[in-house]
Amino acid sequence: MSRYFTEEHEWIDVAGDIATIGITEYAQEQLGDIVFVELPNEGATFDKGDDAAVVESVKAASDVYAPISGEVVEANSALEDEPALVNSDAEEDGWFFKLRIADASELEGLMDEATYKKFVASL
Amino acid sequence: MRYLPLTATDRQDMLSVIGATSIDDLFIDVPAEARLAEKIAGLPDHASELAVERHMGRLAAKNLSAGAAPFFLGAGAYKHHVPASVDHLIQRGEFLTAYTPYQPEIAQGTLQVLFEFQTQVARLLGCDVANASMYDGSTACWEAIGMARRITKRGKALLSSGLHPHYVSVANTMAKFTGDALVHEAPTLDAATDIDALIGAIDKDTSCVVVQYPDILGRIADLTPLADAAHAAGALLVAVVTEPVALGAIKAPGAMGADIVVGEGQSIGVGLQFGGPYLGLFACKQKYVRQMPGRLCGETLDAAGKRGFVLTLSTREQHIRREKATSNICTNSGLCALAFSIHMTLLGEAGLRELAMLNHGLAVQAADRLAQVPGVKLVNDSFFNEFTLVLAKDARDVVRNLADKGILGGVSLGRLFPDATAIGNGLVVAVTETVTAEDIEILAKALEEELA
Amino acid sequence: MTMLKEGRPTAPVPVKEAHMAPQTATGNRALMLEEALIFEIGSTATTGVDFAPAPQVASRLGTLARTDSIGLPGLSEQETVRHYTRLSRQNYAIDLGLFPLGSCTMKHNPRLNEKVARMPGFGDIHPLQPQSTVQGALAVIDELAHWLITLTGMHAVAMSPKAGAHGELCGLLAIRSALEARGDARSVVLVPESAHGTNPATAAFCGYKVEDIPATPEGRVDLAALKARLGPDVAAVMITNPNTCGLFEREMKTISDAVHAAGAFVYCDGANFNAIVGRVRPGDLGVDAMHINLHKTFSTPHGGGGPGSGPVVLSQALAPFAPLPFVEKQGDQFVLIEEETAGDHHAGTFGRMVAFHGQMGMFTRALTYILSHGADGLRQVAEDAVLNANYILRSLDDVLDAPFGFSGPCMHEALFSDKGLAEGFTTLDIAKGLIDEGFHPMTMYFPLVVHGAMLVEPTETESKAALDQFIMALRSLAQRAKAGDEALKGAPYHAPRRRLDETLAARKPVLTWSELDLAQAAE
Repeated sequence: MSRYFTEEHEWIDVAGDIATIGITEYAQEQLGDIVFVELPNEGATFDKGDDAAVVESVKAASDVYAPISGEVVEANSALEDEPALVNSDAEEDGWFFKLRIADASELEGLMDEATYKKFVASL
Repeated sequence: MRYLPLTATDRQDMLSVIGATSIDDLFIDVPAEARLAEKIAGLPDHASELAVERHMGRLAAKNLSAGAAPFFLGAGAYKHHVPASVDHLIQRGEFLTAYTPYQPEIAQGTLQVLFEFQTQVARLLGCDVANASMYDGSTACWEAIGMARRITKRGKALLSSGLHPHYVSVANTMAKFTGDALVHEAPTLDAATDIDALIGAIDKDTSCVVVQYPDILGRIADLTPLADAAHAAGALLVAVVTEPVALGAIKAPGAMGADIVVGEGQSIGVGLQFGGPYLGLFACKQKYVRQMPGRLCGETLDAAGKRGFVLTLSTREQHIRREKATSNICTNSGLCALAFSIHMTLLGEAGLRELAMLNHGLAVQAADRLAQVPGVKLVNDSFFNEFTLVLAKDARDVVRNLADKGILGGVSLGRLFPDATAIGNGLVVAVTETVTAEDIEILAKALEEELA
Repeated sequence: MTMLKEGRPTAPVPVKEAHMAPQTATGNRALMLEEALIFEIGSTATTGVDFAPAPQVASRLGTLARTDSIGLPGLSEQETVRHYTRLSRQNYAIDLGLFPLGSCTMKHNPRLNEKVARMPGFGDIHPLQPQSTVQGALAVIDELAHWLITLTGMHAVAMSPKAGAHGELCGLLAIRSALEARGDARSVVLVPESAHGTNPATAAFCGYKVEDIPATPEGRVDLAALKARLGPDVAAVMITNPNTCGLFEREMKTISDAVHAAGAFVYCDGANFNAIVGRVRPGDLGVDAMHINLHKTFSTPHGGGGPGSGPVVLSQALAPFAPLPFVEKQGDQFVLIEEETAGDHHAGTFGRMVAFHGQMGMFTRALTYILSHGADGLRQVAEDAVLNANYILRSLDDVLDAPFGFSGPCMHEALFSDKGLAEGFTTLDIAKGLIDEGFHPMTMYFPLVVHGAMLVEPTETESKAALDQFIMALRSLAQRAKAGDEALKGAPYHAPRRRLDETLAARKPVLTWSELDLAQAAE
């Protein structure tokens, strides 16, 4: 399994043709206390860059974009009752949704962990 | 000038602190050609309180006030007795001259009122949650249609022929710009409402059915079959209540399956005021709360662990979502919501039921008496405090003639539906607790003369 | 001599640590009374209203009589008066002190206005009465409309919008209708990044794509960037003037001319009209539509969040598209033009925005205000509002960062930032500190173009003494925040509540009362 990162602060774990997507530790810190996560429905299909989810703090609502194209196969229902999971465990239990990857070549432009860390450090 | 405290000396002292020589220095960024050298032309200089009161009093005296005449108007605005303590309390400066409660530590008064208001409204309308109010019933109705579109992702709304025509007009105006398709016809003068027709018209493109209860002609119908049919097709039922006092006597729309219930709250605590400010009520099922427009107050704790209240879920609102907001509405109708809540607290459930049955009892007496007038026929077989009569001639003329005799006899369907000539003889008559047996007799006699 | 020692001690014992306010059994603190919810103190059997007995009639409610318990508690009249009086005392208000909320124009609300609005001839008339019985009310609308047009130098006014944001909607719908009428579909509305959040929300509602226009380092619209973006796809530019940084847009006329040359319209957010009333007419600056918040400039009370009123003045180009209804004078009669009568000479109207005729209760108050002030008073309003704001700006710019202070005077509000506060201290700390000092905080964190913005709008109805006390308080707080006084982070200490947990409220929304207490709900 390999993990990719985007400049929009999403992480993507790829296992076979399924990608698990969430927001990074850095992103959750910036957003502060997460109070609500709006997740996509199963079966929804996204093109790369589409609005896929919304993450809300008390004072802001941020869109989460689909980092790659695909069809939603599962959303993390645990976040509905406990949005704070995104704060406490952004990069594991706080995942947002899983996509069936439409075009694996879209992964090629994404960052690995070391590159993302450098990217964040430069912000 | 009695409202302006600065003296000439103050102004001079302040200018020297600022480092300016004259007030014009402070307007230096205004291009010279846009600066007015003189005072606004035509407007007299400031006037004494007495002079202004006299001028306004003269204008007020040119109106025939509802309390000065036998009065039977309704159709979306109702004359009810408002207890003296309501107006006294809403004029407390701490309510009247406060702002939106953005600093909750020093706005707990307003916030607790809103929390109580939301609970009262939700219970009255039979819903899980209600917001902190909207501009008025008509704008709340349109917002409900937009909310149904967001939830169902469909764009066709069926509007009952019994929906207030002004509410239909407002929705039509907005739909021109949002692209919603609205289906609507004028009502017919039948005892039965159009619920069966609405059920037949629901299809897979329907976002919602909007039905008024009691409707514009005063008719009441069980909404349960309509709710079932809407839900079976994946559509929502939006119920509109323009006379909330009715819900002390008849079933709540939420209890009959309505998904969103909106209304005009003016009837409780708010005066007629020639149409505004009024109070939009907005309630819905819990599962739709994040799609609901308008402000919401929620319970929480303070840093010392005490219960307190704050505005919450504000990410739905325009100041955060900007172009993705659920609505562009910024202001609610705070002071009217306060008046509603105080009046409702004074009434309590027992008082509300008593008030409702008093309205209904007087309305039944009036309907029976007026139906005996030759040339008058009662349309409704069911109603709360408002019903429709068919007269032997155009009701607009009758209403005007009655007004010339100092009687405010009702609202003609010709005024409400100018294009629907077939119902021009219809007269909508509202009878609240403010109507006396003598008023009913005066109206009956005057109608007899008019129709003779 | 006789030594009479009876009676009360007349000199207080000095307060020692042991005498610091103990907890009370009730939670009350003398005049500061805790108040439970009506659902906790009332009962469904209690009422504060008596009625005549209902006539005994056969019900016409059909099968729909309400038999369930509604769950609405009642209180006796005295309990009701106490409940709301106690709650009122937990609110800050203009009647208590300076309320310098930027962009909100919290000025004194004259009580004559309240008295007039309650005259039976205004407060107790039905919107659908025959027009012969409401000539005085129609005259009020006509007279107020006349003065709003005169004060703004515009061509017409739509009176019915219910609040500022509703007025924005009215203005943009008129613009869209005018464009459609000339067969010119345009898709973009330009909004400066410092705009009120309602502007983009309104533009999006009207079906437009919203694009930001950047600001110059001086806090004004970047004219070059705006001109570069204008084109055949731009429908309108929405500008706030004076802007949300408290500055007058010097290039307003140039902007308007450029916008008009590109075939687009200028919408002006009139929230800040108080700074220029009687001194500048927006019509002279090329504005096509502007809403006027009667609850700001014209002093109708804010009421804890409405009702507002937002009439929209319109240029000649937009007037034909104004919404229904409106009042016209025909001979010696005032006539309400509605759907039925609009066809004759107002066929271009985009339709109706509200059920009736707008906020009549606000019209009577606003007209009373205008007549009370008159031409000289209104001009003085703008001058004193601007003077007061500049006095605050220059009295504090040595201790607080004034990001645009270098560029000249401000208009009616002074803008500061959190620059220079000690590490970890924020605008919020200063705001909450002001609460303890007995003031309502300024607008915080708006406009967004300034970090940690504090927008102070004193209004013209504050005396120099009130301003001096406020300046002293804010100066002290600024110094404490710069010195890193940790105690400030706990403020407010003396308000009815300490800082409230907004995260808890949003994560587990409790929006209505139920028998479950908060502790259970939070579990």
